[in-house]
Amino acid sequence: MKYMFIMRATDEAIEESKQVPFEEILNQMGAYNEQLIKAGVMLAGEGLTDLSEGSAFVVDFAEEPPVVTDGPYGETHELFNGFWIVQVASKEEAKEWASRCPLGPGSKLEVRRIAEADDFADFADNEYIKKEAVWRQELNQP
Amino acid sequence: MSEEPVSDEAQAAVRRRIDALWRIEGAHIVAALARATRDIGFAEDLAQEALAEALAQWPAAGTPDNPAAWLTAVAKRKAIDAWRRSERLEERYRAIARDLEDDDGVAWVPLEDDMLRLVFTACHPVLAREAQMALTLRVVGGLTTEEIARLFLVPVATVQQRIVRAKKTLAAARVPFEVPEPNEWPVRLGAVLGVVYLMFTEGYAATTGDAWIRPDLAREALRIGRILAGLVPREPEAHGLVSLMEFQASRFPARTTPDGSPVLLADQDRTRWDWAQIGRGRAALHRCDALGRGRGNYALQAAIAECHSTAPSIENTDWQRIVLLYEALGRIAPSPVVELNRAVAVSMATGPAAALVIVDGLASGGALRGTHLLPSVRGELLARLGRTEEARSEFTAAAGLARNQRTRALLEERAAAI
Repeated sequence: MKYMFIMRATDEAIEESKQVPFEEILNQMGAYNEQLIKAGVMLAGEGLTDLSEGSAFVVDFAEEPPVVTDGPYGETHELFNGFWIVQVASKEEAKEWASRCPLGPGSKLEVRRIAEADDFADFADNEYIKKEAVWRQELNQP
Repeated sequence: MSEEPVSDEAQAAVRRRIDALWRIEGAHIVAALARATRDIGFAEDLAQEALAEALAQWPAAGTPDNPAAWLTAVAKRKAIDAWRRSERLEERYRAIARDLEDDDGVAWVPLEDDMLRLVFTACHPVLAREAQMALTLRVVGGLTTEEIARLFLVPVATVQQRIVRAKKTLAAARVPFEVPEPNEWPVRLGAVLGVVYLMFTEGYAATTGDAWIRPDLAREALRIGRILAGLVPREPEAHGLVSLMEFQASRFPARTTPDGSPVLLADQDRTRWDWAQIGRGRAALHRCDALGRGRGNYALQAAIAECHSTAPSIENTDWQRIVLLYEALGRIAPSPVVELNRAVAVSMATGPAAALVIVDGLASGGALRGTHLLPSVRGELLARLGRTEEARSEFTAAAGLARNQRTRALLEERAAAI
């Protein structure tokens, strides 16, 4: 089974992390990723860029048409700033790996099982479920 | 201190936690113990005892902060106790026991070299195939004996027996806890890769039983293959093997119908292949190629699998290229199965008549006698040539030889439909 570790941190935690030399964070995260790779469980992982570069925005569907706001979310939220996908044999194993992630106070990992084809078995004939399979194929083609 | 009664649920939770820890840390723990004791069998026994003690203590006392260090420390204490009790009291053991008591724990930090020693010892050529697979899954993969038994569809006692026997054999053959000497390295690495691939193929195309594939076994083999590639990143064939397994495993979702019947490559719904996994297969093959030492046995097979993975359909497949790859494979690793596969590729690239010549050559040499492979391919070629009667009798013969029930049913259907 595949799990996603979704990394979230409060604004304060992100600010605090800026006091730590970035190279140190890189080394800790790198060592963690290396452990996952060497154990043969890591399938994918990405980090998201800092809000300060101004590339982020939010689309809010509370109104019609939806409202697009630039930058950070208005109120303080836990910010989603990266993820891992791992392949493990059990929820317990996912817990073990997630707990080893080098994060500090103010940070959280939300851990979720990734839906696989079997989870949609009842909708196998749905046009878009079928199309999705084709899209996945095309997107991954070189 | 009052002892709270421990509920079954709490006990089961600790059991699950220990199983997960063993999966992640088992190989490191056994590797560190084996380095200290120079005895992989003894190391595994000690690790087992430590796990049993954890299961007894943790439900009431709670799980320690660093469970892996706890398990290793307990195992180390048990090693010292065992040596103290030993009647032989060999000086060698006494010396090790003293060292263990003196050291500050640094010696118990697992080294990658120890992991590699562990892999080479578990796949040592003095062991039978089944023993190599069981021991590798146990000490490298960190599986419980129950899990291994489930994967191989055999009783737990059988797996226990295989592991006990393997440990006795290693002791009897005085197999050192070492990586092979440079002159033996290629052959021994080949043996390790062979064990992993055999494990994978047993899951990929089960030779016995009524399940066509056992994805869990194949997945474990793939994980161990990735661990191995991490240990020997300069070995092209380790990446080649990972690549091959990724490509083959990417087809699992399309290889069976919902009721478990097999679907052959030509009939597979390619949109159901795991495209992210195909991407990983290509990445592993790229890592192999980047070493610049050419493609070996597994990398060539991976390259063939890659041709299928990038083809939109069986007709629109680069069969000429596949024929070339099979020719190369047949030269470095000649085998009747490779030759038979080359014949299939030739039938697609050139036509059934040319392929039949190859298959008849194999048959007259007596190769693959007693397996369903030869008659099933021969039947397919004859059918395409319009020689219906001969084709039917080949399919019937093939069905009679198939050991897997699903394969037999498929061949019987083919014989009836022609």
